[in-house]
Amino acid sequence: MPDAPSAITRAEVAHLARLARLAVTDDELDTLAGELDVILTSVARVQQVAAADIPPTSHAVPLTNVLRADEVRPSLPRQAVLAGAPAAEEERFRVPRILDEE
Amino acid sequence: MDELTRMTAVELAGQIAAGQVSAAEVTQAHLDRIAAVDPALHAFLHVDADGALAAAKTVDERRAAGERLGPLAGVPLALKDVVVSKGLPTTCGSKILEGWVPPYDATITRRMKDAGIIILGKANMDEFAMGSSTENSAYGPTRNPWDLTRVPGGSSGGSSAAVAAFQAPLAIGTDTGGSIRQPAAVTGLVGHKPTYGGVSRYGLIAFSSSLDQAGPLARTVLDAALLHEVIGGHDPADSTSIDAPVPALAEAARSGAAGDLSGLRVGVVRELGGEGYQAGVLDSFRQAVALLAELGAEVVEVSCPHFDYALPAYYLIAPSECSSNLARFDAMRYGLRLGDEDDASLEEVMSRTRAAGFGPEVKRRIILGTYALSSGYYDAYYGQAQKVRTLILRDFAAAYERVDVLVSPTSPFVAFGIGERVADPMAMYVNDLCTLPASLAGVPAISVPCGLSASDSPTPLPVGLQVMAPTLADDRCYRVAAAVEAALDARRGHPFLADAPALTGATAHTGATR
Repeated sequence: MPDAPSAITRAEVAHLARLARLAVTDDELDTLAGELDVILTSVARVQQVAAADIPPTSHAVPLTNVLRADEVRPSLPRQAVLAGAPAAEEERFRVPRILDEE
Repeated sequence: MDELTRMTAVELAGQIAAGQVSAAEVTQAHLDRIAAVDPALHAFLHVDADGALAAAKTVDERRAAGERLGPLAGVPLALKDVVVSKGLPTTCGSKILEGWVPPYDATITRRMKDAGIIILGKANMDEFAMGSSTENSAYGPTRNPWDLTRVPGGSSGGSSAAVAAFQAPLAIGTDTGGSIRQPAAVTGLVGHKPTYGGVSRYGLIAFSSSLDQAGPLARTVLDAALLHEVIGGHDPADSTSIDAPVPALAEAARSGAAGDLSGLRVGVVRELGGEGYQAGVLDSFRQAVALLAELGAEVVEVSCPHFDYALPAYYLIAPSECSSNLARFDAMRYGLRLGDEDDASLEEVMSRTRAAGFGPEVKRRIILGTYALSSGYYDAYYGQAQKVRTLILRDFAAAYERVDVLVSPTSPFVAFGIGERVADPMAMYVNDLCTLPASLAGVPAISVPCGLSASDSPTPLPVGLQVMAPTLADDRCYRVAAAVEAALDARRGHPFLADAPALTGATAHTGATR
């Protein structure tokens, strides 16, 4: 379908990758744009179904809010949790700077 | 000790309970089998020989002390690496979790340990359970014991290969769009996706939360039912867990095996068959339907028109949920961190880590899901997919007014060659064609071997029959599957897996075999 407009452009993929916090190379942008175009063209078939008055289903089983008793219970030991962290300092997760320099 | 690895879980548990063999001997026999054949198969990402033997010795001690043990005590199992296990590496098939050792057990892990089940190790899988072939594992593919050049299905392909190759009689898989049923079908096993909410998701690394369910893989229907009874039931730690008793599944399997299905109404789904399905798959399926009628079932054709849209709806809903769920891999609290140098910002570290830690299929789905959820596209894609999901639920409801169970092939294809479909995402996605409707509707569905296809490959390969039942009627799946299994076993004169080629010294060093 050479004349069909592509569902997704390279620039859009770059924008989505930024939103998803994924660093992508130029090569990946080319590949992803091509593949996503094929996939989106295929899944766009859901739009053929007349469903204007149909309610959406997010879960197959009706969900109700589940609360537990407000009681203090033991949580995982701090050491056990920090043992899996990529970096820890002073019994806390150590993270990179979160603000950009002005 | 080869005969121990050929036994069913029920036989092994019986011999252990009777003191004819120890749990430690059973575990050692399976560890030896893994050492002999896993170099050729790569079903396991991690084998915990010491932990498994220690757990087996505990079972033996409890038995010696006169304790009454559960029906699967001492039976070894392969645990899909998506399920967290305290003290055992859990990677989910991804580099982003390489080397992570969870500080807690999933509810199902704990329930299995409490039942005396021996966890041999962690089974390979498509990264984050995204795939139908196990080729998306960051640690390399798993091979199908029936033909080592072919895939064992996915995403629970390590689980299916392990059980089909007699490395373990039982395995846990997870099913989001067919990831228990399709691997079971293409390796000749029984695999069941429970009713959504029937098995706790606490401690499962989430892919698509409204669809993910853990369930059993085994070589017999009864073994699968017993494992399901161990892991199933309400869990306060999972807010979607259904607070209702688990049906009597082993009892259903035993009554089904008696072979009388009279009074049962079976619907053949018109939309799940025909064009695009392999000839050998359709042949086996037609014979299975004829068998159901011979066993007394009343078979009718049923139309579920919106099942045709399950594939596009699923490939919008699952990626959308995945793009949200996988945001937790932020390089801060667990797993990989890269590029934390030269005053790099948190966002830069996060983006670099995720770029290096996720494989191509995971990235594809994250981007696809981000797109489907973004403003301007939400209504046309994600919103519309959710409406289609409603229509699929209504198709099921209408069908179950007329019939007790629905049947279809489990997959349109037998096991395909490694590398054959990796270049084309849509060619991979169509593997899930038959399994997606039950996933979207949350209803239970089982796959049971129904024959060998001789026409779709140079050597005969397994074909699965899928049986779908209404919400919480998992027992019907086990009953019907057991009836089919018993009738085909009787006809054949031996169990299905006995037809699988032997994996022996020809494929691996035999030095580890005792």
